[in-house]
Amino acid sequence: MRFKLERRETVSGLGLVAAPVIAVLATLLIGTAMFLVLGLDPLAAFRIYFIDPLTDPYTLQELVVKACPLLLIGLGLVFCYRANRWNIGAEGQYVAGAVLGSIVAIATNGGEGGWWILPAMLAMGAIGGALWGLVPAFLRVRFGASEILTSLMLVYVAQLGLDYLVRGPWRDPAGFNFPKSVSFDPAATVPLLMEDGRMHAGILIAIVVVIVAAFVLGRTLVGFSIELGGSAPRAAAFAGFDERRVTYGVFAVSGALAGLAGIIEVAGPIGNLQPSISPGYGFTAIIAAVLGRLNPFGVVLSSLVLALTYIGGEAAQISLKMPFDVTRVFQGTMLIAILAADVLVRYRVRRVEAPARDAAKVTAHA
Amino acid sequence: MRKILSMAVGLSVGLAAGLGLMGGAQAAEKLKAAWVYVGPVGDFGYSYQHDQGRKAVEKAFGDKVETTFVENVQEGPDAERVIEQLARAGNKLIFTTSFGFMEPTLKVAKRNPSVLFEHATGYKRAKNVATYNAKFHEGRYIIGQIAAKMSKSGTVGYIASFPIPEVIAGINSFMLGAQSVNPNMKVKIVWVNSWFDPAKEADAAKALIDQGADIIAQHTDSPAAMQAAEQRGVKAFGQSSDMINFGPHAQLTAIVDDWAPYYIDRVKLTLDGKWTSTDTWDGLKEGVVHMAPYTNMPDDVKTMAETTEAAIKSGALHPFKGPIYKQDGTLMVKEGEVMSDKDILSLNWYVKGIDDKVPGQ
Amino acid sequence: MHDLTILSAVLASVVAAATPLLIAALGELVAERAGTLNLGVEGMMIIGAAVGYATAYGSGSLVLGALAGILAGTALSLVFAGLAVWLAANQVASGLATTILGLGLAGLIGAPFVGTKLTAVPQLNIPGLTDLPVIGEVLFGQDAFAYLSILLLILVWIGLGRTRLGLVVRAVGESHSAAHALGHPVRRIRTLAVMFGGACAGLAGAQLSLAYTPFWASDMTAGRGWIALALVVFSAWRPLWLLAGAYLFGAVSILQLHVQGFGLGIPSQLLSALPYLATISALVVISALKKGHGAPASLGVPFVPDR
Repeated sequence: MRFKLERRETVSGLGLVAAPVIAVLATLLIGTAMFLVLGLDPLAAFRIYFIDPLTDPYTLQELVVKACPLLLIGLGLVFCYRANRWNIGAEGQYVAGAVLGSIVAIATNGGEGGWWILPAMLAMGAIGGALWGLVPAFLRVRFGASEILTSLMLVYVAQLGLDYLVRGPWRDPAGFNFPKSVSFDPAATVPLLMEDGRMHAGILIAIVVVIVAAFVLGRTLVGFSIELGGSAPRAAAFAGFDERRVTYGVFAVSGALAGLAGIIEVAGPIGNLQPSISPGYGFTAIIAAVLGRLNPFGVVLSSLVLALTYIGGEAAQISLKMPFDVTRVFQGTMLIAILAADVLVRYRVRRVEAPARDAAKVTAHA
Repeated sequence: MRKILSMAVGLSVGLAAGLGLMGGAQAAEKLKAAWVYVGPVGDFGYSYQHDQGRKAVEKAFGDKVETTFVENVQEGPDAERVIEQLARAGNKLIFTTSFGFMEPTLKVAKRNPSVLFEHATGYKRAKNVATYNAKFHEGRYIIGQIAAKMSKSGTVGYIASFPIPEVIAGINSFMLGAQSVNPNMKVKIVWVNSWFDPAKEADAAKALIDQGADIIAQHTDSPAAMQAAEQRGVKAFGQSSDMINFGPHAQLTAIVDDWAPYYIDRVKLTLDGKWTSTDTWDGLKEGVVHMAPYTNMPDDVKTMAETTEAAIKSGALHPFKGPIYKQDGTLMVKEGEVMSDKDILSLNWYVKGIDDKVPGQ
Repeated sequence: MHDLTILSAVLASVVAAATPLLIAALGELVAERAGTLNLGVEGMMIIGAAVGYATAYGSGSLVLGALAGILAGTALSLVFAGLAVWLAANQVASGLATTILGLGLAGLIGAPFVGTKLTAVPQLNIPGLTDLPVIGEVLFGQDAFAYLSILLLILVWIGLGRTRLGLVVRAVGESHSAAHALGHPVRRIRTLAVMFGGACAGLAGAQLSLAYTPFWASDMTAGRGWIALALVVFSAWRPLWLLAGAYLFGAVSILQLHVQGFGLGIPSQLLSALPYLATISALVVISALKKGHGAPASLGVPFVPDR
């Protein structure tokens, strides 16, 4: 099946508006039933979940802070998934970027400072993520090993590596042997955008990346070769695009963006290296990429929606004393509703089946 | 005290009922207290025990206190937001119960000077941030002694989570206790690199038993190792909770976390307006650490354990009393001296007699 | 003799550790051979663990518990099937959503059972046979689930490879359009395959909460569903390779604990990373030998019938 072509046909205003509306209605319906069963007031729950976080300036900032890593990683994944390369190890690339970027921060800690420290950290972070991402790419190109498996396995390896570093060589000498690096100097910290709150300059970087990604994917030959290599590898080979170079390229981009997200989180909201630096951003970003229909602007929206479900979930735990598991069930329900609504809306218009077998393969354009 | 308290409660309830309109005013005076947990409250381990403490607070103060908790909070960037949200939701006393919440707690505390914070297991304080911890190593000295008495093979298996000072101190204290009974005791240590992975903990227990350990001690949270010991017919020590249910024939005793006395004390201080930023490190004496009933052991071992427990409570015995030698034989604590609290809290070396290396050293 | 005892015990632990992985992965293998990539294994496993435990606790019957676990896993797999097979939604996202839903539901269902206890599944311990050196305990000292997993393996192996139904399943996974043209009900077959996957994941979860570590605690599967998914890829979608993979993974994760027990001073993080590194290396070797990874051609592609 060829999803892409049909997708363009369906970018009708009606469909774009209808999908979220249907999803919201379905979520509200299922959610109401669930809250009633659990003996909670559905109206209060929805207000706390969706309305309150969007009306309070503090939580609005937090929303953006939470969405930032999802957006950066998700954008990278868009490259991979458009090329039909299944990188599900962004979490590991995020960690690798955070680790490599932190070398600069830890080496210069307590020193003179300097304007170059933060840019060097960001660059190292991107390189670290890219290198970690290139491992599954290399194993696939050279040995034909499935990147789904190798990228996932490397997540655990990266996490254990980080764990070793912060408990061993990089432990804060003044930190009573607790597993935590030194707190980064101001020169090694991503600056805040506002006095009050946690909004940081990483968000500006993410916005720039959105625009660049949209341009590269939509308007350049590189973007076209990624797209074609993903949907019709034979045609792509025929057109002279090198499949191996595409594989390396998308994994490098995807890894670099995940690594960038990692170093921004560590040098921003966290402020030091520690054993746990991500609540599963690398995996949530997969959902963000898919829900955003592999479109950079779509990923902006989906990252914000996902961030909202987390923040709303916390607020519900705090204000309604709702157990964490209820918020998890609700989050799952909502994702299912969004996925279903998205498909239902799209379906009315498309009924084409591709005869070519090559086109059939893991395709994310759903 | 209790009487005055219940009188006060009764009085306010009566007033509220009588006047009707008083309901609102009374609600406004309620102290809102919140807890932040790193795991699910359903882990039957660390977070579960903190939540038992929270429930004890609710029970003790009735409607003078309103409690909230947020579970499964990651130690990364999410923690700061959750703590901030709790402060913004009007909570006046917030307990953050994991080491990784230290920096986020301090950051939020700076922004919310009127809110009081309590951080468990950390070392940084502020005017409105107190710290608290429990001397679990006191219990570990006792179980070390029991292990040395009960072991026939002379080898104990020890399942450890992460090589942080608290865990290292626990291993050392355990060995010092064991050596006080049998200087040649051996310990085999397995790090599972997780606080909570039941199947892996069970695997670790089986591996240790297969290697000749006939007693299992653990510094991880689930009852899986206890069950494995029960199945294999060896003895074991519970952790965090009394695990006798899971090892009726295996459990010798368990080191139980009981945060209720501390939490009730701190809430009371807050209600009375007497809260100050303190660094509390309570143990067996204060009841924050207590030993589950001594079971499955002969009377003489039980008597020894009870004597040691009483000696630690009275202060006559300190687990880290010199002479204490490092693995390479260096004298670290001189005869007649005890290790300072600060040194215990930052331990990163093993005492002599442990035939292994501290990970990451 | 002492060494033999250790060896035998280690082998027995390896089999026990590999069993839940093998069961869950077998189910996912069938689903994937039919062309559906269901990343919801972790969620289906945990709900099997919770419902299985709750049922066994309430009824006192482990068999009922295991059956309930199977049903719960199957029920959750229907959510995935509805989305990914019938609505042709993206399979990766549908699977992740299924996992989140499953973890939450399991937590709610299991909450009242925290801290309670079951009696463990009795091991068979056939007198005489279990006492055989080395192999005795491995072969005859396991709980019923271990034998069930082997039975299931044979069933899947023969079922997929030697039966008409298996042929149809594989045809659907290779090219759904061709299978559809031949008149096979593609979506119904995929739904059945996904349900089989759910049933197996539920059973694997029940094995954890009923036999392996017989109690309930939140998130007790601790990522084993993801390992099962990785094993399917590792096996190159072949049941016998799956057996090898599950036992290899089990062996490395048990052996790293033993190596630590000997006190060699190797960083424990490195040892913990070994199972993952071993899986990667084995996969690389297999892929290099075979050239290509042998995934079903239609894996992950939603099917929409042409009207």
